[in-house]
Amino acid sequence: MSAAELLMWIRGPALQFATVVFVIGVVVRILEILVLGRKQDLAAARGSALAGGLRTIFSRSVPDRGTLQRSTFNVVAGYIFHFGIFLALFFFAPHILFLHDVFGVYWPSLPTQFIDAVTVVTMITLLAVLLHRISHKVMRYLSRSSDYLAWLLTFLPVLTGYLAFHRIGLTPPMLMALHIASVELLMVAFPFTKLMHAFTLVMARYYNGAMAGRKGVNA
Amino acid sequence: MPKDQSIGEALRARGISRRGFLKFCAATASLMALPPSMVPIIAQALERARRPSVIWLSFQECTGCTESLTRSHSPTVEGLIFDTISLDYHHTLQAASGAAAEAARAAAMQENWGNYILVVDGSIPVGDPGYSTIAGISNMDMLLETAAGAAAIVSVGSCAAFGGIPHANPNPTGALSVAAFIREYGNRTPNTFAADAAAQAAHTDISSKPIINVSGCPPIPVVITGVLAHFLTFGKIPDLDSLGRPLAFYGQSIHDRCYRRPFYDKGLFANTFDDEGAKKGWCLYKLGCKGPTTYNACATTKWNDGTSFPIQSGHPCLGCSEPDFWDGGGFYKAISTPTGDISRTAVYAIGAGAAAGVALGALNRAKRTRLQQTHSKVGIDDLDKGG
Repeated sequence: MSAAELLMWIRGPALQFATVVFVIGVVVRILEILVLGRKQDLAAARGSALAGGLRTIFSRSVPDRGTLQRSTFNVVAGYIFHFGIFLALFFFAPHILFLHDVFGVYWPSLPTQFIDAVTVVTMITLLAVLLHRISHKVMRYLSRSSDYLAWLLTFLPVLTGYLAFHRIGLTPPMLMALHIASVELLMVAFPFTKLMHAFTLVMARYYNGAMAGRKGVNA
Repeated sequence: MPKDQSIGEALRARGISRRGFLKFCAATASLMALPPSMVPIIAQALERARRPSVIWLSFQECTGCTESLTRSHSPTVEGLIFDTISLDYHHTLQAASGAAAEAARAAAMQENWGNYILVVDGSIPVGDPGYSTIAGISNMDMLLETAAGAAAIVSVGSCAAFGGIPHANPNPTGALSVAAFIREYGNRTPNTFAADAAAQAAHTDISSKPIINVSGCPPIPVVITGVLAHFLTFGKIPDLDSLGRPLAFYGQSIHDRCYRRPFYDKGLFANTFDDEGAKKGWCLYKLGCKGPTTYNACATTKWNDGTSFPIQSGHPCLGCSEPDFWDGGGFYKAISTPTGDISRTAVYAIGAGAAAGVALGALNRAKRTRLQQTHSKVGIDDLDKGG
């Protein structure tokens, strides 16, 4: 199989397969949680559950002072690589073109040099996060193989994307094939790993906020 | 024109001045990324070089490569350099036909055995050799025969270099590039020698013949003259990339040398062929431009005597100098986009996922209810039982 044929397979059948696994997996996991439902709360409400839930979705994005002081590295590095991935994923011109092909909407892209710099910072941060996980005694104790798998699945698309953009090491079609394949790997594993937090995070925050809101306290 | 005339003599006979000749040498050196100190060496080598015998074989091709070489540069010094090679066999350009043409090939091979340059354009059908024959000789046999005495093989055009359009899916003729053919069949003896034991014994394996791929559909004329000039100057083939192409011409991507690159970097794209972006000359990536994955000299040497190249005239690069460019999922679709309809797949997957999710959720609820009903509470007395 030539590089061009591999790329066509990766852009075609492999992407279709990854999409099916990703979408079905994510929808099933979300619906499983929602359909299970919660026990009815018979106590009189002292505040708005909806307002508390919605507020908490956003308010939890701001780290409280205690957490920031205790886990400065985790908070700062976490923010950096999440923002980096967000910017590279949604504001790099070829990615927008891909998403336009799927969703039918366009939005302006950021300059490639800026995205390039963001990618480098993201890769360095991800490596630092891994190093921290390995070197920190407690983190290492708490880490399971699934944590390292989630890290690898996140790191590979960033690395292969950087190599593909700069065309380092292999032919451009092969680099592009590897980059898209790494994303497909991420998509297939997504519903079955803690990467699912990208979706469940909102639900969990809303639930915590709604419970507190109903009791009339700030969460 | 006498065959033993040197290139310098031939050029002077055609009225090319010394200045014009040196200008060509300087341009060639520059194109091949050689230092200026190499210009006099190139000039000296070309001046003295005996016009090399060139045998040009056309297999499964469209003659576009020949059209490109003969038409685009015919009034220039590069064209004359090309004229002044001893082109001893070329279907389209030679006057002889039939048995006389084949006799010319045989004579050129015999006279220049081990020294002639074999230029091939077109791919070789191996599925059924009958798809393409010349004077009753299959392309396979003619290549095996002719390559045996060649100093080097130049595969001109993407069909010869990578299989090209005949090789495109579903490849009905079993077309192979020259390099792929030689890799698979290079150690064979031509069928034309079947009844000739002496010819069979004399035939040499062509597996190790040096091959230069000058890809493009068609390739840029100056690239072929540059490759020939390099061979004449240094007596060896130029440095090649991983696809066997001269690095001097195929070392950089169209994208890296494109004058529209700043628009790509700024995120300014033409979305259609007639929108504001297209009129302002913005990047054509969204219209399927293959510049980022295509290596060729179009953006620097340009076409029609340096006039323009496809992107400059408002059309995306098709990637014609890359392998399998015909099967890249569409000329007007960027290579980073899906080839199928992902949206429809996603919609079906949402439907399937919703059904499965609700069903699994209902099962979980039923299980919870069952467990709640069968749950027996543990009291303080129960805890004492063990004691």
